[in-house]
Amino acid sequence: MKETKRINTDTLYKVFIYVALITLAITIIIPVAWVFMASIKENQEFYGNPWALPQGIHFENFREAFVEAGMGDYFLNSIIVTSLALVFLLVLALPAAYVLSRFEFVGSKFINGFIKAGLFINVSYITVPIFLMLLGWDQSLRQIFDSGFFLNNLSVLALIYAVTALPFTIFLLSSYFETLPSDFEEAANIDGAGYFRTMFSIMLPMAKPSIIIVILFNFLLFWNEYILALTLIPGDKKTLPVGLLNLLAADRAAVNYGPMYAGMVIVMLPTLILYIIVQKRLTQGMTVGGVKG
Amino acid sequence: MSRKRSRNIFIATCITPAIMLFALFMVVPTFEVFRMSLYNWGGLSGNKTFIGFNNFKVLWNDMRFIQSFQNSVLLIVLVAVLTIVVAIFFASVLTKEKVFATNFFRIVFYIPNILSVVIIAGIFSAVYNPRTGLLNSILGLLNLEQLQRQWLGNQDIVIYSLAGALVWQAIGYYMVMYMSGMASIPESYYEAASLEGAGKFKQFSAITLPLIWNNLRTTLTFYIISTINLSFLLVTAMTGGGPDGSTEVFLSYMYSQAYSNSTYGYGMAIGVVVFTFSFVLAAVVSRITKREVLEF
Repeated sequence: MKETKRINTDTLYKVFIYVALITLAITIIIPVAWVFMASIKENQEFYGNPWALPQGIHFENFREAFVEAGMGDYFLNSIIVTSLALVFLLVLALPAAYVLSRFEFVGSKFINGFIKAGLFINVSYITVPIFLMLLGWDQSLRQIFDSGFFLNNLSVLALIYAVTALPFTIFLLSSYFETLPSDFEEAANIDGAGYFRTMFSIMLPMAKPSIIIVILFNFLLFWNEYILALTLIPGDKKTLPVGLLNLLAADRAAVNYGPMYAGMVIVMLPTLILYIIVQKRLTQGMTVGGVKG
Repeated sequence: MSRKRSRNIFIATCITPAIMLFALFMVVPTFEVFRMSLYNWGGLSGNKTFIGFNNFKVLWNDMRFIQSFQNSVLLIVLVAVLTIVVAIFFASVLTKEKVFATNFFRIVFYIPNILSVVIIAGIFSAVYNPRTGLLNSILGLLNLEQLQRQWLGNQDIVIYSLAGALVWQAIGYYMVMYMSGMASIPESYYEAASLEGAGKFKQFSAITLPLIWNNLRTTLTFYIISTINLSFLLVTAMTGGGPDGSTEVFLSYMYSQAYSNSTYGYGMAIGVVVFTFSFVLAAVVSRITKREVLEF
């Protein structure tokens, strides 16, 4: 008698677990999938039942988003900014992390602490001062060359992205370099390799797993970022999220939903594809040194 | 060239670019926030006069700032409490129970975390749309018409709608964090407890919770920092602080004062207050949740 009661509560608990799991999965999958579905609907379909399947595949939305709303150009801008920022980041962070984690020198402790303090600086606070600083530089330049350089410049934006990602990246890479035994450097030294050679041909290649995690995280960060891009690029060289922001506002006002959802698909498809390919690495890497932005 | 000298050159070459740029684009702007808060600094003309703590005095009586303060605190508490409960539940289910397709659920739950805030704003605008929105139409299908609302238009509930979007975004991330803490608890503890007749809930409160406590404490600081930041990004993209200031949060008010309204000094004073507040709050929370760390 008691045994059957036990089984009953166990089964009930199991059912409860699955209901909960499936409910959460649905609340995540349905809205995302719905956006994909909406992106191929025609405009009048949005006035009917939101759950109706699309009447046909209306690719016109994507053409409108890409060409008329400029998402094609913004896509290119986003690729330029994201890849440039990743290059800047690796060039700056890898040597710095290597030296800071494996060399003792005058002030090394202070510099380590200095960079770690950067983990607490949130980009949202310093966006306006950065804007004013660049604006000031541009104003001085204009007096000499009559054209600015720092605002509306994708490379400058990429550099600032890279710098704001430095504290976290150096922190993550350092914690990996610290785990490597010093035998490698000693062996390289005996073989007559200089410091630069040792770093480039021995130590950096070994850090490949961490470098991949750094690239994955920061790709998502740079690709999705919008507040710096919105502030530092007031002109028309927008990145994708800023373009999408305009599309959201404009299309809601003009009640032109199709291209808006097409724009959302254009922004999230690359991240979704990347995520599905590398999801295991990403969720494992997160626990190495996760700091949420 | 001596070995010592080449070592110094190597060190300098490797760290100087990173440190210079870090100082220029992160440290200097941070100090600027504090310095500018003491000035009356308006307009693109760059007129500035030193006014001491006057900006802060004005802030004290600014009803819109006080509203943004209330909204932010409400969001921090709501998002932290809801996310902790849901994320810990799912984390313990996915690590402890033999669930079919564990990986599938883990992958799906993490998806919101990889989407841009602008995308989340777009998705939730579609979900909350009063006429053709997904939420109202589901409520209609379930014959719960009396629950249908103007999710983003009603001043009394729009802040909860925002909280919903923030929790939706956060669950997967924190779930993975808690899962990594739980995965390192030895299975034998649960077996022993089970032999002693401890039920699932007892096992959770006596084994799991104490052993992930430190993990949980760390995430409390994350909730404070990331809710302040993400609520700003989401509000800017989704409601613009409206309707009528009812979703104005800390940093959205700072940004609208400093950037859109060009009263930089005043905006930065808001930044200083928010920064100090979040720092103190994090310290206090970390202090009162301090327990002896259990080893296993």
